[in-house]
Amino acid sequence: MKKFISIKSIPAYLPIVNIDTDMIIPKQFLKTIKRTGLGKNLFFELRYDDKGNKIEDFILNQKPYDNSKILITGKNFGCGSSREHAPWALLDFGITCVISSSYADIFYNNCFKNGILPIILEEEKIKELSEYSHRKEEISVDLNEQKIVYGNNEAKFDIDPFKKKCLLEGLDDIALSLEKSDKITSFEKNLKNNKPWIFND
Amino acid sequence: MPYTLYDKIWNEHLVYQQEDGTSLLFVDRHLIHEVTSPQAFEGLRNSNRNVRQPSLTLAVADHNVPTTDRSKGIDDKESKIQVDTLEANCKQFGIKLFGMNDKRQGIVHIIGPEQGFTQPGTVIVCGDSHTATHGAFGSLAFGIGTSEVEHVLATQTLVQKKAKNFRINVNGKLPLGVTSKDVILQIIGKIGTAGGTGCVIEYSGSLISSLSVEQRMTICNMTIEGGARAGLIEPDKKIFDYLKDKPMSPKKENWEKALNNWKNLKSDRDAKFDKEISLEGKEILPMVTWGTSPQDVITIEGKVPNPNNEKDTDRKNSIERSLKYMGLKPDTAAKDIKIDKVFIGSCTNGRIEDLREAAKILKNKTKASHVEAMVVPGSGLVKQQAEQEGLDKIFISSGFEWREPGCSMCLAMNADKLKPEERCASTSNRNFEGRQGRGGRTHLVSPGMAAAAAISGNLDDVRKYQN
Ligand code: SF4
Repeated sequence: MKKFISIKSIPAYLPIVNIDTDMIIPKQFLKTIKRTGLGKNLFFELRYDDKGNKIEDFILNQKPYDNSKILITGKNFGCGSSREHAPWALLDFGITCVISSSYADIFYNNCFKNGILPIILEEEKIKELSEYSHRKEEISVDLNEQKIVYGNNEAKFDIDPFKKKCLLEGLDDIALSLEKSDKITSFEKNLKNNKPWIFND
Repeated sequence: MPYTLYDKIWNEHLVYQQEDGTSLLFVDRHLIHEVTSPQAFEGLRNSNRNVRQPSLTLAVADHNVPTTDRSKGIDDKESKIQVDTLEANCKQFGIKLFGMNDKRQGIVHIIGPEQGFTQPGTVIVCGDSHTATHGAFGSLAFGIGTSEVEHVLATQTLVQKKAKNFRINVNGKLPLGVTSKDVILQIIGKIGTAGGTGCVIEYSGSLISSLSVEQRMTICNMTIEGGARAGLIEPDKKIFDYLKDKPMSPKKENWEKALNNWKNLKSDRDAKFDKEISLEGKEILPMVTWGTSPQDVITIEGKVPNPNNEKDTDRKNSIERSLKYMGLKPDTAAKDIKIDKVFIGSCTNGRIEDLREAAKILKNKTKASHVEAMVVPGSGLVKQQAEQEGLDKIFISSGFEWREPGCSMCLAMNADKLKPEERCASTSNRNFEGRQGRGGRTHLVSPGMAAAAAISGNLDDVRKYQN
């Protein structure tokens, strides 16, 4: 997994609440067996009309937002389907940081497995940051310091220390868990004794 | 210390816990399907890892399979690659698969219980948000992403942090014509789509225990629509009877051992819940959704909301946006909403009891002439059972199409979908924009209400057709 340390970008502001993962990447693109290549279809139905032409009004179709690395959005972002294609599509488009006042659980977790930082901020701060999107000014995000710098202001954010460490170091979850192999093995042994029906072989 | 059912299952599955609470949880049951697993297997291969416990994973192709004649295979090239890839992966790693032509094939959340793969007190995961369905058996069941699927395959564990405990009590009796679908729609309307975020919900109360096993599944299924990853119900005799003699249920002395264990799966009487709400059965009416989020519910006697009555600007904008997408005017009566299609099926309402409920309403009646309607049984076994009971004949003679099992128009990944602006009364679980086809408009309802809508040609009150 790619590390996330800090980024600087003009943020794109998408003021819609309850954006679900169907909206982030519709099902017709779930037929892929790869993780890459989904960026061009990110927010497909908001981004393209019935004929496949770009909808000029949509923020990610406009300059400079087509290069934004930071997406600011309404609350409960990423609700609905568990599809990891949603963070894959964001990543493939180039977005590595999302800022919202809340996220759906599965999406939130999925971000961390893909080197994307989802930041939780209160609505008030989000309004302030959205001004920077309107004015096309850069903001910067520093994970180690847990802060967003915009103009002369700073906003601190909270993050689970372990998740932070994994992002900063780009750690592979599975490798970390496999270090606990002994513990898993002894758990399985106990399980076979105490609940033999689980293995049912 | 008193514990909730969730606490107990959690504690029993802890392999390891870090100081900060990050935990490694053992996974007893893993379900996989063709859409969210290919990248996980690719990941295993790329890092030269193996599947740790192949016998604890069960695979099925459901999301992407055609529901029409299957003898010629899958037309759509990409869908075919995905289904073939699942088959190849299962073969390579020794995982049991119900392929497209297996009689036991069906929607992943329907076949798990049907086979007895789903069991009380277990941790069950699947790369699919409606995994919460299995919580009806008193298991901790939740949806995961593809990277987590890979993690489970490689380690048979999952990295998790403990969620909060949320109890929803539903007491009383279900009024005539009201189903567990209406109960869960009402709950989601009440708590909102983010109301359960960060929580595991336990449903309890006299109304919940009075429900059949399948009705309970409908409730747990839509837990994710209220933002909670998992919803569960204390298992009881109905659950044990349901599981007895299922193909993958414990056998002989293991059955007795399991039963002894399962009987203790309940929240302690004085267990503490972080959040709690209560509902009375008599307050629940047949529900429909009017908007593009499952929380947008009204009763069949109600009206579509008027954004001008909303003070909160976020809410106002979101109502306006939904009404525009849905092609509805504020204050329209639910019963005045004309529909074009009816879909009965999905992991929410594609089981035999759901089909019986719809067939009961449709018997000796025909659908409105402008309506296209279809039934997609949740599994091959549900289909077979329905045919034995003659339900297929009732559906067909009332003008419904009778299809092969799968997810079908619940997510419209295969050929079954709405055209732009087409309006559908659907027994599925999501009314998101574009969910059933680009520009398609979904109204979520119970199977009986879907049948009533098919007959009337508009959303209608199922109680009108109750015999
Ligand atoms: S029926 Fe619908 S909700 Fe259920 S698993 Fe299939 S696509 Fe998901």
